[in-house]
This record gives sequence, C-alpha cells and structure tokens, in this order.
Amino acid sequence: MGHCCCDGLKTEAEEILGITGIGKEKTIPILQEIQKRKGYIPEDLLKRISELTGIPESSFYGVATFYSQFRFTPLGKYLIRVCNGTACFVSGADIIYDTLSELLGVANGETTKDGLFTLETVACLGCCSLAPVVMINGRVYGKQSVDSIRKLVGKIREEDKQAAGEGV
Amino acid sequence: MADTIVKVGLGSCGIAAGALDVFNHLDKDITDRNIFKLHQTSCIGLCFAEPIVEVHSSEGRTVYGNVDIKLADRIVEGIAKGDLPSENRVLEDKNAVKYLKRQVKFALKNCGIIDPESIDEYIERDGYKALKKAVTEMKSDEIIEVMKESGLKGRGGAGFLTGQKWAFLKAAKKDKKYLVCNADEGDPGAFMDRAILEGDPHNVIEGMAIAAYTTGASEGYIYCRAEYPLAVKRLIKAIKDAESRNFLGKNILGTDFSFDLHIKEGAGAFVCGEETALIASIEGGRGMPHLRPPFPAESGINNLPTNINNVETYANVSNIIYNGAESFNIYQSGGSYGTKVFALAGKIKNVGLVEVPMGLTIREVVEEIGGGSSTGKKLKAVQMGGPAGGCIPESLFDTPITYDAINATGAIMGSGGMIVMDETSCMVDVARYFLQFTQQESCGKCTFCRIGTKRMLEILTRITEGNGTLADIDLLESLSGHVGKTSLCGLGQLAPNPVKTTLKYFRNEYLAHVNEKKCPAGVCRSLIEIKINAEKCTGCTACVRVCPVNAISGERKQPHIIDSDKCTRCGMCIEKCRFEAIDRL
Repeated sequence: MGHCCCDGLKTEAEEILGITGIGKEKTIPILQEIQKRKGYIPEDLLKRISELTGIPESSFYGVATFYSQFRFTPLGKYLIRVCNGTACFVSGADIIYDTLSELLGVANGETTKDGLFTLETVACLGCCSLAPVVMINGRVYGKQSVDSIRKLVGKIREEDKQAAGEGV
Repeated sequence: MADTIVKVGLGSCGIAAGALDVFNHLDKDITDRNIFKLHQTSCIGLCFAEPIVEVHSSEGRTVYGNVDIKLADRIVEGIAKGDLPSENRVLEDKNAVKYLKRQVKFALKNCGIIDPESIDEYIERDGYKALKKAVTEMKSDEIIEVMKESGLKGRGGAGFLTGQKWAFLKAAKKDKKYLVCNADEGDPGAFMDRAILEGDPHNVIEGMAIAAYTTGASEGYIYCRAEYPLAVKRLIKAIKDAESRNFLGKNILGTDFSFDLHIKEGAGAFVCGEETALIASIEGGRGMPHLRPPFPAESGINNLPTNINNVETYANVSNIIYNGAESFNIYQSGGSYGTKVFALAGKIKNVGLVEVPMGLTIREVVEEIGGGSSTGKKLKAVQMGGPAGGCIPESLFDTPITYDAINATGAIMGSGGMIVMDETSCMVDVARYFLQFTQQESCGKCTFCRIGTKRMLEILTRITEGNGTLADIDLLESLSGHVGKTSLCGLGQLAPNPVKTTLKYFRNEYLAHVNEKKCPAGVCRSLIEIKINAEKCTGCTACVRVCPVNAISGERKQPHIIDSDKCTRCGMCIEKCRFEAIDRL
C-alpha cells in the first residue's frame, strides 16, 4: 500500500470520528458512518479507525458481525431487498426471490458480476398492505409478481445502460 | 375555495403506494393555480386504500382512496368548480365505514390527522398539555397512581403494568437515571410502532418526558430500527422542535426538571427488542441479553437505573394524564384495559393499522374490521405475536382480545402483528418459516436456543420435504419444551410457540406430511407436482412467459410440458393459465 493512500485513509478515518465522536458506546455509529460512506466496511479503513480510537479491531468485528446491517463486501449499484415478512411470506415472497435469483444469477447476499445488482432478503419492511414487496435503493415497490419484477429489473438495466451511454 | 385544505397521507406505506407522486403533482397545481393549501399527514390506518387524499372544504371532509394522478386532477377540478368528484370516497364506502366504526383511537389519535412534522399542529390538538399538567400540577407519586389506575400494560408484548415499572425506577436511589423507548420493532408483519413514530412523533416524546419527570430520569434514548428511515427523520425534527419550545432540554416549562432525548439507530438484530440486549446495544456492544435480576430499573445503561417502554406504551401516556385514568380504563375486559393497536395483514380485504378496545373478539377484528377473506377462500388461522406468538385456528376466533384470553390459546398478545391466513397456507410451513427466523436471530448465548432451534428447524424442513417420521413429531414436541425452559430471554423462551400452537391445532397437517407425504394446502414444494393437461392446453405460451425458472417449453399452439426437475412448484403458471390446463397434484 502506497504512503499517500494511507494518508487518505487517515483523513477519512478522522473525518468519520469527527462526526461520530470517540468511545466504546460509539462503536455502532462509527460502523454505520463507515458503511454510509463506503457501502460496506473496508478492512484498511477499519484498521485506521481502530488505531485512532484505541478500540481493538476484534471489538469492531465482534459488533459488526453480530448485526445484519453490516457487510464486508462492496454493494452493487442497485440493492434489491426482498421482504420476507409474514404478510409477504403468505403472499408468495419466495417466488419473487426465486425469480430474482434466477434472473440475476446470484444467491442471497451476493452481487452480480457486473456489479450492478446486490440481492438480499430482509426480515420485514413493514409495508404489509402492499405484500409482496421489494425495496430497490430505498424505494419500495409493492404488489410484485413474477411479471412485474422482471419488467422492473429490465427497466433498471435499460435506464442504467442509457445513463452510461450519455456519460460517454 | 382558497381556504380549502388538501391533505396527502405520506407514511411509508402511502409513499410506497404512490402518494408522494400524487403529492408532488398537487404541489405543482398549487403554484400554478393557488386554489387550495396542500398539507402532508401520515398513515390514517386505511392501508388498503392508499394513496389517500383528504379534502377539507366548505362541504366538510371528503376522503379519497386509491388516488392516482388522474383522480388527483379531477379533485383539483372539483375544488375549482365547487363540485368534488363522487367516486372513490372512502368514508362513504360501506366497507370502510365498518372498518372505522369499531375502533377507538388513543395511541393513534393524531395519526393521519396532523402533519407529523409540525409541532404547531400537535399543540393545536392539546399537544404537550399533559406534560404541562404533569410538571406544574402533579407530584410524581400522583402520576404513578394515575398510570396504575389506568391499567395500561406494556404494549411491547410482555404486558407488565406500566405504572409499576415507573415506580421501580423512581424508587432507585441514583443521581443519574435513564429512560429508553424501545422502537426496535422487529416482528415480521408488524408496523404499529413505525406508524406511530411516522405519524405522531411528538406524542411519543411527550409520553417519555412525562415518564422522565415521574421517575427522575434525566437522559433518554429512542432506540429505533434501522429499516425505518422516515421515522428517524421525523423524530430528529420533532426532538429539535420540542427542544426549541422547551418541552425537552433544560428547565422544562420553567421548572427545575430537565430531560435530554437522543436517537440511537439499531443495526438489525431482532434480539435487541429484549431489554437487556437493547441496553448492551446502546452501550455499543453485541446485543446479547443477560440474566435478570438485576433488572434494568436497578442496573441498566452504564450500570445505572433504566426504564424501558415500547412506543405504543408511551403514546398512550399523554391521553391518560390529560384526560384521567377513566378515559382509558373505561374500556376493559378480563383484566385488560384500554386499547391495543394491531397491524392487520395477510389474506383479508382491509389491510391496515387498527386500534381496538380490549374485549373485541378476533372474529370481530378479522371479519368486521378486516372485511373477511380477500381471496374468497376460507380463513384458517390468525397468527398473533410474531415469531414469539402462535397460530390461533378459526374455531377459536370468538376468543376476546385480552392478555389472558390470548395467552390461554398458546399465542401471545405480542406487540400487535395480526396476520390472517387462508386455506392456501400450510401450517407446517408457517411453523418452519418462524423457526427459520428465530434460528437466524438467536444471539447464540444459550445452548438450547442456539442448537435446539437449529435442530427444530431441521426437523420441520425434513417434514415439509416429505422425509419426516412420527418420531420427528415427538422429538419436536420435547425440544419445544426444552428450548423454552432453558433459554435466558424471551426470544428463546417463546421461539417454540409457533411450533407448539400448530402442533396443537393443526396436528392433522403434520400427520398428512409424515404419513401420506402430502401437503393438504398444496404449499410444500417437494410434496406436489405441477403438470400440464395436454388435452386442455392451447399452447398460448402465457405460462412460459410467467415461469420464473424457465421450466416450461413447447411450440406455439402445441401442448406445453413442464420440466419437473427445473420446476420450483411456485404455481405462477396455474394462476396465469386461462384454460385451467395446469394441475397441482
């Protein structure tokens, strides 16, 4: 690892701690702030933060692996969360998940090779009146069917391609 | 005309159903034409009719349901002409009238009525008057008496008398004490607390401030589930506004009572709903429970006395203090007092958030308020209490909703999830679903919870796959007893409930899976086969397009075939086929 890169990390680590504050009780807010910025918990950044706070890396990992919110691999551009709450379960959430898994070629928690989609299930999004529900990058799509979810993924792919085209 | 107010319900459900698009559309109309004022409100509880738009005009109050952009346009036209459209009027719909008629709103009193982001609208509806009454006119012992007299029990599920809990914290002799609001609503299929936090955050804050004054707590936390970003956003604003009006902070309302309130965002661990685990999480560690005693009232956050109540519990406080204990305990049945909020979902017509007085029967909630089956199929059970609760069969739907009566069925009141199931739900599969949840969420501290739930899940999976034996059912029963008895916290103690209640009421379904290798509800995929009837199939290809795993093949206008190895038995093709040519065997 180059020297300048480490300095960049140090600056970022200091910025994060400037927002959250330092202390054992800040462990979760620190991890949440890292993930908010990076989309996951990068090993090198956490190491820096551990050095600056004096909280052992093992403590951070102990906490981070306990809570389902934290991830250790980068996210795809679109995070698809399939709700598996009870109302969605009785309305066929498993079929929606199977369709997405087949369509994207990934299992729960995995990201597609092109880095576009991450698929995961979530315990409950609390929009039970709209079951079955999926959430894509924070937006909820209710009353999904095999048809609608396929169209939705197709639309996102299309729009993403167009946006990339315009970028060039 | 100009004093006409249009309100759009912007709760999470409403937004998901498209309410924000409607709101933004109307917003444009205002700047263009300036004929009404646009307000936002939150969930009114009529989730089945979202998006909802309410018009307050000289005609009175008109509520429109299932509003799309077109209807929104017609409403604007109607306001301009003084002639509102007559379609989609929710409150004139017989079904919705029934839905609202049996409800009594305390905890939800402002939800769907006020703009949750406006402290002025809260104050207009007697907001913070209870706090003022408490801190200027009442002694803390008086408040505890009123709370006890009201009969309010903890609405998070455990059902402990709130006034008594406050008395414990008050009795603790320490300079610093903490107050916590448990908003880590983790039960799948439950959204009561989210709706209250999104719809009336000041009501929760006022309840907490009164509790803090009563118990001598000087610092408080709202521990909110991370999956509720809108609730967190509205809480942050509400706390700031309450501070600026001196309802929170130093020397509240000119007295020597001070109380600081913070938000802690959870990070996704169901067990943190347990109070000692929640405290561990606030302190920054892994959210693992510990043995009680010491109870939090003695040793909680940073080993200091702490009181924890649930969102709905705090939301009931302002009404009880302002209007007296009688306003609440006038509703009573079998030792339970007041009202309970339920998130009504599943296979019923009126999915939504309801608040009902104690003593109403499950049937009244499901059939009158819920409007009965949404599928036309026979209702089979209602699941109450989430993963810690149980399935109550249709034959017991006349059970009144009280803590004791619900407990007697083997389910629990819980925090208020009520999922209605029809005959297309397999009860063995439902038990497997909940066990999978608790197994994943077990923190791993107690051996029987960690390994016992795993073995139970394996057995249930085996049965749903057609590999179960009668001995498996016995083993499941004995494990249920052991896991319940040897776990430290509620998660493990109650984890066997879904299994125990389904074994008690739906044993024949277990036996059908084991003895006949059949799933009576046609759900368990290993036990069913889906085949196309070549005589009826017209080769329209509708099924090919809908199959999620591309298991169906065939030439156009020729009978199609399903590849049984690829087929996941999801049944989408059956629903899509217009010729009834596909059978589930």
